[in-house]
Amino acid sequence: MVLLYPSRWWVAALGAMLALAAGGAFADDDVRIRPLNHAAWQQECSACHVAYPPQLLPAASWRAIMNGLDRHFGTDAALDPQQRADILRFLEANAGRGRGSTGGKPLLRITETRWFIHEHAEELPANIWSRPSVKSPANCIACHTAADRGDYGERTLRVPK
Amino acid sequence: MRLTLTAALLAATVGAQAETPPDFEKLFATQAKQENPAFVGFSAEQGQRFYASTHGKDWSCASCHGRSPSAIGQHVATGKTLAPLAPAANPERFTRPDKVEKWFKRNCNEVLGRPCTAQEKGDVLAYLLTVR
Repeated sequence: MVLLYPSRWWVAALGAMLALAAGGAFADDDVRIRPLNHAAWQQECSACHVAYPPQLLPAASWRAIMNGLDRHFGTDAALDPQQRADILRFLEANAGRGRGSTGGKPLLRITETRWFIHEHAEELPANIWSRPSVKSPANCIACHTAADRGDYGERTLRVPK
Repeated sequence: MRLTLTAALLAATVGAQAETPPDFEKLFATQAKQENPAFVGFSAEQGQRFYASTHGKDWSCASCHGRSPSAIGQHVATGKTLAPLAPAANPERFTRPDKVEKWFKRNCNEVLGRPCTAQEKGDVLAYLLTVR
């Protein structure tokens, strides 16, 4: 029966079974963040940090963020109105569906979402965020070395010293 | 009033045409003359001091762009690496009026809590152009 399926599928299934057999530690590692393309989003949002994937916050969060760019986590990230609207449309169209709010207010930090906390809860050295090479949990690319291409997969993951 | 308007239009026209670092230096000089009739020119030395110093707030230009503007910088808050600021090390710098305007607006606000004067912008650019 196995022979009816393409071999790659079979290898993936075997891998998944082995991972589960290893204690379920990898059960969440099949989370895929689909890489997206949008020129203005890529250019503007990646100027100071990785252009964070729209899927990681709900639309209400993106609206709140894009409405406060002149005071963006303590810095002035203002855009011209047309560009702001263009990028917000893209973020809303691809936003995540999680609740992403706390006490009725939309979450503004991906690092405070349950998804992020869960994904980064295991197997990380205690001082990881304070290492000079990492500096902040906002610095995805410090470990997710292909984050600038929207790739957060295991194969490009390297935790620096 | 009319003179101011004409000057602003002229500056906007020159700005739209600025495509190289020396173009921007000329643009800032035009603006500096309007801001201060006693304007005599830009000083790379003054620009270097301005670049390296804080101005009443937490950060200087160097906080993110690095002590050496020809090297790669690191954003002081996010840790993102920033391409070099000096045109000799990064030919894309000071070639796009929209970008130049956007970043001076944001970063002067960040570093000084107010817009930079044309004198300050020109001094910093003069300094950056001396960096090899």
